[in-house]
Amino acid sequence: MSARWHAHEGVRTWVALSPALLLVGVLFGGAVVMALLRSIGLLGIGEGGPSLAAYRQLVTDPGFARSLGLTLYVAVVSTSLSVVLGIGAALLLRRLGAGRRFATTMFQLNLPVPHVIGAVAILALVGQSGLLSRLGAQTGLLDEPAAFPAITFDPWAIAVILQYLWKEVPFIGIVALAILAAGGDDLEEAARTLGASAWQRLRHVTLPLLLPGVLSAAVIVFAFTFGTFEVPLLLGPSAPTVLPVLAHRRYTDVDLAARPEAMAISVVITVVVVLVVLLGAAGARRAIRGDAAVTEAGG
Amino acid sequence: MTVVTPAATDAARPAPRPATGGPGATSRPVALAVVLLLALLLLPFVPLVLASFAQGYFYPQVLPERWSLRAWQVVLAPDGATWAALRDTVTIAVSVAVLSLVVAVPAGRVLGTRRFRGRRAVELVLLTPVLVPAIAVAIGLHVVLLRLGLAGGIPGVVLVHLVPATPYVVLLTAGVFANAELELEQQARSLGASWWQAQRHVTWRLVAPGLAVAGLFGFLVSWGQYVLTLVVGGGRVVTLPILLFATASGGDTAITAATALFHALPALVLLVLTSRILGGGALTTFGGAR
Repeated sequence: MSARWHAHEGVRTWVALSPALLLVGVLFGGAVVMALLRSIGLLGIGEGGPSLAAYRQLVTDPGFARSLGLTLYVAVVSTSLSVVLGIGAALLLRRLGAGRRFATTMFQLNLPVPHVIGAVAILALVGQSGLLSRLGAQTGLLDEPAAFPAITFDPWAIAVILQYLWKEVPFIGIVALAILAAGGDDLEEAARTLGASAWQRLRHVTLPLLLPGVLSAAVIVFAFTFGTFEVPLLLGPSAPTVLPVLAHRRYTDVDLAARPEAMAISVVITVVVVLVVLLGAAGARRAIRGDAAVTEAGG
Repeated sequence: MTVVTPAATDAARPAPRPATGGPGATSRPVALAVVLLLALLLLPFVPLVLASFAQGYFYPQVLPERWSLRAWQVVLAPDGATWAALRDTVTIAVSVAVLSLVVAVPAGRVLGTRRFRGRRAVELVLLTPVLVPAIAVAIGLHVVLLRLGLAGGIPGVVLVHLVPATPYVVLLTAGVFANAELELEQQARSLGASWWQAQRHVTWRLVAPGLAVAGLFGFLVSWGQYVLTLVVGGGRVVTLPILLFATASGGDTAITAATALFHALPALVLLVLTSRILGGGALTTFGGAR
């Protein structure tokens, strides 16, 4: 192929990519840039030049710090538990002989169900007059709804975390199953032949194999559990509330002066997520290198 | 950074291999643990089903003392809010699926079949919107859409739904083209088919099922959106998630439960259809599809 043909190919490549890149770039890039500009007081309804007033307000507001803390706590706990339980579920499912395919399909059933439905369902299950509370009353353990532990709208956001687990354990589990199906058996078999115990195989073969892929999936789960709005709105505590709900509250405040603050909160949410994504990407790269070392040592 | 890519999806296809610990053999504790796991995951649907068929579902009834179809009659009433919400939800979701496919097919073909400089940067740009929370996108774009006169209507909602949907559809489309045996297109050309004939009779047949699934993902991403619709629709665009949330805040548990199940059903039906087309493991991407 001639150089001219190559140049032509290059142009065609970018022409083909441009509609998608333009759509995502203009809409998404526009959203981020607008939030950033308005958070520093530009393009807003108020007058005046750029200012960091909104950020100063956030830093001095103890309510914001508590919200940030709650949001980080919910995201870290949900992500960690999803990873542990998801890997556990995957290891369990692949030990299934007959019916594994059916069980795996059922395991994924929650994945396409919208989050609002999940939140409504969790409320009906663990709310104070929910199904579990009713079962408690029927068996004589409780005598009234108030006796059921308050895990909805509670300061520890337990129902919110339960809703995330309900959705994200299958997600991590399916990712782990996919990785294991792609090559876990041969390595484990080799380790077994070399005399590795079940624990050694898990610790030195299976988990290192899972690490890069599961880490990427965990980043997605973190981004999601850090940024979701409707689940904590329906199930979570109201003061302090999580950052997405706080941002929306400020945005819809009758006092228009609160809008730059809403934008600033949304910038903070974006920055935290981007930082975690970068950390996760770096971690996944290191894990892949470590994994390659394991594979080399094993093979 | 890798979101669950089509490659991972492929890996999820069930490989013919014996189960660890002997072919077909499952120990009783493992089977019990799996049953318990699945029961826990499905448990939240139980109170919804019970409540939706109950009449006066008072505490501490577990099974309703009186069964009733009242909630379903209200929810499914021909002139009720559900059908109007369904119409708007479907209009928006179909538009999102079609528009995202239109931009995804050329991009996905390039990403799936060619190596070029800047490829990783393109993937990164396309993936970021998946990770940045919808609330940030919603309040950032709302201002722009207000000025363009697009806030508070279906076109504006379609535009913002494209932000989370397009990346998934592009990535899935790239996977479809990467896995298609496009050499057949060259063979058809060398056997004398015109470019158009080769596209229509060969390439299209190879990629159509995969593209249908990619479009389905776009549809589902839009189908479940809440906060983007809430902010940009400004209360004037009432999709099923918006209606469900309003109903849930309203207090009639039976109607809330029936609305929730009505909203969940199409997603589950589409899930089954998809697994028929692509095989059991191909659903991984749903986990990312928010």
